Amino acid sequence: MANDQPSTRPETRHQLQMARSMCWHCQSAMSGEYFCERCVKVQPVSKDTDYFTCLGFPRRLTLDPKKLEAKFYELSRAFHPDFYQAKSPTEQTISLGNAAVLNTAYRTLRDPIQRAEYLLALEAGSVKDIRTSPPADLFEEILELQDTLEQYRASDRESDEGHRLRATLQTEQQTLERRREEMESQIRQLFTDWDQLQDRGEATSQARAERDRILKRMRDLLSHRTYINNIVNDLAATIA
Amino acid sequence: MARIVGIDLGTTNSLIAYMKDGQPCVVPDRHGRTMVPSVVALTDNGLIVGDPAKEHLTRNPERTVYSVKRFMGKGLADVESELAYFPYNLTETGGVIRIRLGAKHYSPPQISAMILKELKLRGEAYLGESITKAVITVPAYFNDSQRQATKDAGLIAGLEVLRIINEPTAASLAYGLQEKTQGTIAVYDFGGGTFDISILKLKDGIFEVLATNGDTHLGGDDLDRLLVDLFIAEIRDRYGIDVGRYPDHMQTVRLEAERAKIRLSDDLKTEITIELPEDKGLFTRELTRDQLESLVVGVIERTLAPCRIALKDAGLTPHDIDEVVLVGGSIRMPLVRQRVEALFGKAPHCHLNPDEVVALGAAVQADILSGGTTDMLLLDVTPLSLGIETMGGVMSSLIRRNTTIPASAKEMFTTYVDGQTGVDIHILQGERELVKDNRSLARFRLKVPPLPAGVPRIEVTFLIDANGILNVTAKDMRTGESQSIEVRPSYGLSDTEVERMIEDSFKFAAEDINARKLIEARLDAEALSKTTKKSLADAGHLISTEEVEGIRHALAQLSAANTGGDSRVIRARMAELEQAAKRLNVVMLDDSLKKSLQGKKVTELP
Ligand SMILES: Nc1ncnc2c1ncn2[C@@H]1O[C@H](COP(=O)(O)OP(=O)(O)OP(=O)(O)O)[C@@H](O)[C@H]1O
Ligand SMILES: [Mg+2]
Repeated sequence: MANDQPSTRPETRHQLQMARSMCWHCQSAMSGEYFCERCVKVQPVSKDTDYFTCLGFPRRLTLDPKKLEAKFYELSRAFHPDFYQAKSPTEQTISLGNAAVLNTAYRTLRDPIQRAEYLLALEAGSVKDIRTSPPADLFEEILELQDTLEQYRASDRESDEGHRLRATLQTEQQTLERRREEMESQIRQLFTDWDQLQDRGEATSQARAERDRILKRMRDLLSHRTYINNIVNDLAATIA
Repeated sequence: MARIVGIDLGTTNSLIAYMKDGQPCVVPDRHGRTMVPSVVALTDNGLIVGDPAKEHLTRNPERTVYSVKRFMGKGLADVESELAYFPYNLTETGGVIRIRLGAKHYSPPQISAMILKELKLRGEAYLGESITKAVITVPAYFNDSQRQATKDAGLIAGLEVLRIINEPTAASLAYGLQEKTQGTIAVYDFGGGTFDISILKLKDGIFEVLATNGDTHLGGDDLDRLLVDLFIAEIRDRYGIDVGRYPDHMQTVRLEAERAKIRLSDDLKTEITIELPEDKGLFTRELTRDQLESLVVGVIERTLAPCRIALKDAGLTPHDIDEVVLVGGSIRMPLVRQRVEALFGKAPHCHLNPDEVVALGAAVQADILSGGTTDMLLLDVTPLSLGIETMGGVMSSLIRRNTTIPASAKEMFTTYVDGQTGVDIHILQGERELVKDNRSLARFRLKVPPLPAGVPRIEVTFLIDANGILNVTAKDMRTGESQSIEVRPSYGLSDTEVERMIEDSFKFAAEDINARKLIEARLDAEALSKTTKKSLADAGHLISTEEVEGIRHALAQLSAANTGGDSRVIRARMAELEQAAKRLNVVMLDDSLKKSLQGKKVTELP
């Protein structure tokens, strides 16, 4: 996925949430991010903190992997249980929990597909369910392909018939891989659309409609891509 | 904070290391040896460990345990196919293998604890302080039960195990500290019993494991076995003797096979000599490196598939690897190096001591935990997918393999029947679809308040900690109350059993130490007597008769002390003998120096 600069606009919602909470240890109002500014104790990452916020990124789909990694390393140094060996049991528990959340957050955001799926889950409400479904125009083709796969599995791989089927499957795999790439580039375009819409920050009904369009289109593309991807993997494993 | 040591608990050899002025060092014994053979023998004087125990392999095979690491976290059925190779008696109780030594049965963690105690004593003697905290290494591909068993071993040995760390990643820490390089490395660890491959990214002091793979039942032991099988077949053909019926001779064959294998890493051919049972004389044969290689090439190639999977999981090709680091004794085989080089397309890095680097890395990790080293951080992964059994005997994955640890997953459970008060959960590890093809880790029963079906909501958190060990907690989402869970391990000791073993081990500790001191003193005394007698025979004519008499007297005194039961008396007599023989040794040294110079031309003198 293409890199671009993540916006540095502050997330007001996140700040409010943090400002309301208190340090578990000294009870003072928390203003620091993960460490109490008064007693310097580590604070648990709140259950309501989303992965973008956790890693200090705005909710955008185009992320610079280098920056993401740098932030992950920085927070790993802050949270990892290795550095809490001499601390209290409470701090050790917090460190363990935080490190686990951080690892999940990084794993999710690092991969563009998982990142998009996660954003959908956060933003899309009713349209968030990603079903793995075939694209309508490929329906016939895929049925046929499943047939060929069955035949190939049942055939003697070294026979002429086996060779022929294998060649067909190989061509089919290439076609599907091309199709997957197309979808991925369409998904990338949606990333840009989404980020621009967010950056504009408009609250018009037009903007809302555009937002829904992007999310819905994203959901469909992700569903189809997962479907195609599963078939490609299956194909590759069968004819390997 | 008290010192934390690093321990490499190996299949064949174990080591203990510590951090000194920012550099890891291995603790040697009095003779400068750093490796303790992972062998435990029950003798008439008690249990002994390490080099002296190794001598009992052929003398006392039924009561001498080696390669116990292969049994950690296993049931008897897991090792069915190799039972014939082990001379000691194995049984199973409660899903845990038990090894019979004399009248008692020991679990593998107890035997491992004896090795750990030996290392602990060695460390304490060397550092002059008591050792209570350790980082212990395990093969990266060890599953949860095997890790837990290792932790139990530490507890039984009286050690607080602050971290279980993977062997290849430990090696990478030692490598990183020494080489200060950045980039992507592959650590290929081929030891005595296990094979591991780990791929890591080294950047700004962070050691991030990208993928790991391996085989916990693939090592030098397996190469030796192929040779053993070959020799046994030949002996049967040539002499009509079934060596398999003689446990002591089986050990002779195994040890000779291993020695031959090791010699062939340097030489192109070697002579095999094996004493036969029933006074049938000697079996001899020549073995060439080519013959060895064609015999074992299949086993060595079994290490390549895990390498390819690890590369794929890391999303890399061999070309992306900047350096291949070799670890473990078996990488000394030229064929292994060739295959690794061919796979990665580059000559591997061989500047580290493959025997010591894992222990050194464990010491580095120990130093990180004690706050000494602050710029390095290891981010390791879980080697196997973790899941639970679902309908139809299928495993549903919760945490995928190669997920960075600590890692957690939450799962919500409810009921199917009105008033149901419990939900049974079966935890598994492995990569296969079906439950039966994966490793069963543990079972537990979730307590549920009796309510209409579907109403209870119990959230279970599966957390793999930084040791790669699973912790399970549950919370009733309706009341917000946590519930404690009693997990029944499928292949492990229960907490109460571990506690009892800890008590036992303390009870016997004092006796053990005395027995051990006595055995060591006797062995040392025998060795000293032997060399002194030889010196007397060789060079007695160079000293006065009074001196010879004095030495004879001291020898007799020592041999009398040696039949007694007090190690301090033996040590005192040894000191007297050394004193009496002092001049003899000086004279001999002079003499041999003279002789060696006589044989040389003047120009050769340094
Ligand atoms: N020169 C050599 N050539 C071939 N094999 C060797 C050589 N030296 C040692 N080995 C083999 O290396 C193995 C021991 O290696 P190492 O000490 O690394 O294992 P370990 O750490 O005890 O085992 P593991 O890591 O599998 O638990 C033995 O099988 C031994 O025969
Ligand atoms: Mg090893």
